[in-house]
Amino acid sequence: MDMPATSAARHLSRVDAINWNRLQDDKDLEVWNRLTGNFWLPEKIPLSNDIPSWNTLTEHEQQLTIRVFTGLTLLDTIQGTVGAPTLIEDAVTPHEEAVITNISFMESVHARSYSSIFSTLCATRDVDDAYRWSEENPFLQKKAELILERYRAEDPLMRKVASTFLESFLFYSGFYLPMYWSSRAKLTNTADLIRLIIRDEAIHGYYIGYKFQRQLAQLPAERQEEIKIYAYELLHELYDNEVRYTEALYDDVGLTEDVKKFLHYNANKALMNLGFEALFPASVTDVSPAILAALSPGSDENHDFFSGSGSSYVIGKTVSTEDEDWAF
Amino acid sequence: MAELVYFSTKSGNTRRFVEKLGLPASRIPLNRDDPPLRVAAPYILIVPTYGDGEPRTAVPPQVIRFLNDEHNRSLIRGVIAGGNANFGAAFGQAGRVIAQKCQVPYLYRFELMGTDEDVRRVLAGVNEFWKRSA
Repeated sequence: MDMPATSAARHLSRVDAINWNRLQDDKDLEVWNRLTGNFWLPEKIPLSNDIPSWNTLTEHEQQLTIRVFTGLTLLDTIQGTVGAPTLIEDAVTPHEEAVITNISFMESVHARSYSSIFSTLCATRDVDDAYRWSEENPFLQKKAELILERYRAEDPLMRKVASTFLESFLFYSGFYLPMYWSSRAKLTNTADLIRLIIRDEAIHGYYIGYKFQRQLAQLPAERQEEIKIYAYELLHELYDNEVRYTEALYDDVGLTEDVKKFLHYNANKALMNLGFEALFPASVTDVSPAILAALSPGSDENHDFFSGSGSSYVIGKTVSTEDEDWAF
Repeated sequence: MAELVYFSTKSGNTRRFVEKLGLPASRIPLNRDDPPLRVAAPYILIVPTYGDGEPRTAVPPQVIRFLNDEHNRSLIRGVIAGGNANFGAAFGQAGRVIAQKCQVPYLYRFELMGTDEDVRRVLAGVNEFWKRSA
């Protein structure tokens, strides 16, 4: 067989009835349970409560927001209709296939959600303009192209790298804005919806990254090294484009530098999902605390006992657990 | 000697973090059939957060089993938890639950396998912590 070693992954050659009681990898069931437990639809979020807040944004801020969301819609569309279906073909067990069908569907729910936001908050004409913008913006198109190229390529491992970068890195230039609005008490219901998407993307990135690592570990060291180099190269390429996309969107509102920190922070997490070391040093990942608090609301107590005086830490309180699990 | 005790699933994020720390560490076994871990000295526990962030399911069952051993529990001095800020309020929930259950400080929280900065801060912090509690 003269194909590269990683192409030799067994595609499922026939369909066997899936048996969830016989697992090759119990991570599949764990992630399946997690994903199905997290299932949601945009109708659940009272987006119309954001109408007064939407009307406080300037015309320019509204345009920026709609553009950001069309950009996110494009990525979710790619992931739901090309990325995840491609990964289904690469699955090596029916359980993997099943988990990825869930991922695929949820990506379509995400893409659908942005349209719910649009129809609730925005004028049709403005949305149409933004869709046109998204078709014409060279950086957004380039981002789509870079990923689609990898999805069409031969190697299942490369496809997983591309998928993980999309889920764990490329969304964040867009996710920044609703977190920013939320930190200023604007569009807070929209932010609730975006946080559901962010939570889903974390599991998707974790799962595909995990499957990548399992496959990678079976390859000769030399090939592992090649793929690692490839992954960092792709990240650099995506990053360069992402910086330009960010500047095109955020220069006018003076947020570019803070968005870039958010990009660095998430690029590091994308690499970690693949089992690789973070690339960007702490000096350029210091995302503004307001954005981090918007990302993880209610979890902003001090969890660095070490750097504090030692008096500020909290011994956890008011958490209820199933006491029968704990004998003491 | 004081040490680290950790639990890591197959994804290995917590294991990688612990390896980067390079301190003596014992791993809580993944499989139910493996012989249980019994510690001999005070330790800091490092765990990932599980499930959907519900406090009820946040702590991996293997860790609950380990802590249900009263001897093990008597030697825990602090907890460090892994997780992902994308999970919002549930980020690092396991640390909160264990800190409350065992009445020890929640020392630090990191994402995925931790960055160099996390390693630096935890190493410095752990050293200081043991000196203070010596």
